[in-house]
Amino acid sequence: MSLNSKVPEGPLSNKWNKHKFDLKLVNPANKRKYTVIVVGTGLAGGAAAASLSEMGYNVLNFCIQDSPRRAHSIAAQGGINAAKNYPNDGDSVWRLFYDTVKGGDYRAREANVHRLAEVSNNIIDQCVAQGVPFAREYGGNLANRSFGGAQVSRTFYARGQTGQQLLLGAYGSLMKEVEAGRVKMMPRREMLDLVVVDGKAKGIVVRNLVTGKIERYSGHAVVLATGGYGNVFYLSTNAANSNVTASFRAYKRGAYFANPCYTQIHPTCIPVKGDLQSKLTLMSESLRNDGRIWVPKKAGDARKPNQIPDEERDYYLERRYPAFGNLVPRDVASRAAKKVCDDGLGVGETKLAVYLDFRDAIKREGEDAIRAKYGNLFEMYQHITDENPYEVPMRIFPAVHYTMGGLWVDYNLESTVPGLFVLGEANFSDHGANRLGASALMQGLADGYFVLPSTIGGYLSGVKAEDCPSTDTAEFDAAEKESTERINKLLAVQGTRTAVSFHRELGKIMWEYCGMARSREGLSKAIVKIKALRREFWEDVKVIGGADEFSQGLERAGRVADYMEFAELMCRDAMEREESCGGHFREEHQTEGNEAKRDDENFAHVAAWEYKDSSDPVRHKEELNFENVKLTQRSYK
Amino acid sequence: MNLTLRVWRQKDGSSSGKFETYEAKNISPDQSFLEMLDAVNEDLIEAGIVPIAFDHDCREGICGMCSLVINGRAHGPDSGKATCALHMRRYSDGDTITIEPFRAKAFPVLRDLVTDRSSFDRIIQAGGYVSIKTGSAIEANALPVPKDNAETAMDAAACIGCAACVAGCPNASAMLFLGAKVSQMALLPQGQPERERRVLKMVETHDDEGFGNCTNEYECMKACPKEIDVSNIARLNREYLKATVTTKD
Repeated sequence: MSLNSKVPEGPLSNKWNKHKFDLKLVNPANKRKYTVIVVGTGLAGGAAAASLSEMGYNVLNFCIQDSPRRAHSIAAQGGINAAKNYPNDGDSVWRLFYDTVKGGDYRAREANVHRLAEVSNNIIDQCVAQGVPFAREYGGNLANRSFGGAQVSRTFYARGQTGQQLLLGAYGSLMKEVEAGRVKMMPRREMLDLVVVDGKAKGIVVRNLVTGKIERYSGHAVVLATGGYGNVFYLSTNAANSNVTASFRAYKRGAYFANPCYTQIHPTCIPVKGDLQSKLTLMSESLRNDGRIWVPKKAGDARKPNQIPDEERDYYLERRYPAFGNLVPRDVASRAAKKVCDDGLGVGETKLAVYLDFRDAIKREGEDAIRAKYGNLFEMYQHITDENPYEVPMRIFPAVHYTMGGLWVDYNLESTVPGLFVLGEANFSDHGANRLGASALMQGLADGYFVLPSTIGGYLSGVKAEDCPSTDTAEFDAAEKESTERINKLLAVQGTRTAVSFHRELGKIMWEYCGMARSREGLSKAIVKIKALRREFWEDVKVIGGADEFSQGLERAGRVADYMEFAELMCRDAMEREESCGGHFREEHQTEGNEAKRDDENFAHVAAWEYKDSSDPVRHKEELNFENVKLTQRSYK
Repeated sequence: MNLTLRVWRQKDGSSSGKFETYEAKNISPDQSFLEMLDAVNEDLIEAGIVPIAFDHDCREGICGMCSLVINGRAHGPDSGKATCALHMRRYSDGDTITIEPFRAKAFPVLRDLVTDRSSFDRIIQAGGYVSIKTGSAIEANALPVPKDNAETAMDAAACIGCAACVAGCPNASAMLFLGAKVSQMALLPQGQPERERRVLKMVETHDDEGFGNCTNEYECMKACPKEIDVSNIARLNREYLKATVTTKD
């Protein structure tokens, strides 16, 4: 099957408008005859479910949490980008488009990114109208701040809780539609399979997490907005229950998985402490505006950080990148931290941390000024580490934060399975190989409020209203049977090790070989190890409890089983991409100064993987054509 | 450190529950409270005992999924923190810790420490939003909002919907939760046309769901991980009173 991105013809800035006009519509009176299944209630899923319902469609909306308000979009801190140009600093749709394509290291589809920039302003209008309490200036207008990867102030924010406020806005709209009776909300349900009838997505099979029963739902189209797969690393900044299962099952039913190796490692997180740690916590990258990053020059220096004089400290980012200093992009800062730790210069108990020091900023501006800027972050740091960052430097280390890869979608956000649409972090489309700060919220809401509601009409206009299968068909029977058998298989192993312990081990393999730096040799080793671990999992995992009951142990085991397979796909993708770009760094492909080296001639394409039942997955290519921006090598010296 | 846990165990909503005692061994002071429970669960699974069910997700204090009444206090001993932000350095070797679900008539237990808090969704469903459709918004800066109002609205909007206010209240009242949403909306110019209808319907739903009334104990504010102020309840009462005398319904 060839990959057709369906990008419309014509000049970049007219494509979206023209496409919206060209799409066939579903007449308002007919919309009520259609049912759309939406899986996920985060910014993308919640916004889509609410918007589709407002248009008149019936919506079945699912989430794994007890309430749609808890989706992991809620944890986003910094802000959301838009090209409003309120500060009059030269921003425009074009500049936002350009920054995003460049920030993604030229591995995203131009037309999608331009559309994202176009609708960014509508998102802000929409959220303000919902009552999202964005930060304001004294005149009552919206305030902006700056973020990485841009030279303009285009980020809108609600303190350090922008994701929460945007999500609660979408959640309010969703609740309004539940009240109106057009959205049926199904919390505490986990999607276990996609049901494909005559080649089209027509339903899902879910497990009711309270009763344990398998349930079937059919619709005219299925929308996945189930987030990213960062938890394949076990430790990440993702929520504990975020998982790849829904995407992975869709992949096994024919949806191609694009660029799974593109993962974002965020440089400023609180370091790992101990084997039993369950998750990592992000410290906003804004801290790098005032904090200076350093390690001792001497390996194994046992002195307290404040006793080490300046001349015995290596401010390695300032030394290596004098122009950008501590404000180099995320991927560069992360790799530099890894390098000093690999060289034995890391600090703290585990030696896997570097100092982020505010001593000079406090001396320069006073403690109160620093508290006003970063007070809540300093407090959070102290809660977790029991150390006072006003007195001793913070210890930070990079951590897995976001996944740019995801299910392949065309310009309509439709996957390779007709009728299956994929939104937000779950798709691959807009961030290329590296996502800029404050762009994830923008993309989730763009997909959910403005893109999908238009494009899905084009699909549904070609589907007859009566063309929604009963859930008694052979395809549903088969999907339910497979899901039940998988659960029974997990329960039947009765081994000795918990699913969590397998997950932890898998995460270590992935972090070691498919993390911040990758090599062909390491990745081959990882694939062998993953296969062995997967075999052991199916022979020795221990799940207590039955299938027909509330069982968090069983939920976890099912997710870990999917990670075991997905991890291998990631490593394959990383191995085949013989270049370094954005979050994907191959040790074999670097410049003399240890910087990432792209290969535009051979790798300016999307890699989309097709699942094969009895053989290795097949790698397909979608060539990326850059007609509007010039590809350049990034340098921050 | 080693600890003794008394944990509420209950198979499902129709079974009766009871406390079981477990040992938490070799716990590090740097572990979070939930990581301590993770470790206990690992031990239980290895011993062939059904692990303790508890809700959790983001583990950084924002999703509102985690709950737990710890030694009688919702979200444990520290104010301004959700359970997931509580660390074991707060405890000493040999301590006994009692762990219960958030208890209220409106929150039936689903299993062990997990309760059904969907009544909170139904309160919001009754009107905790601005009825605006996607695509119909005016230009964002066409509606200025005084900075102080935006800040006070944000203070209220910080609510994470965890329901600790209900668990802490002797009347199991959700008026802090309800008041936070009503306040946020009352302080902003958006959604004014439905201001009266909103507060009347939300209060009606609150009462129908089985939550009690506020008697000014202020325990809700003490339990709240986001330290939402009780002045939001006062504002709710004012909004409600105004609406009852001015409503045309």
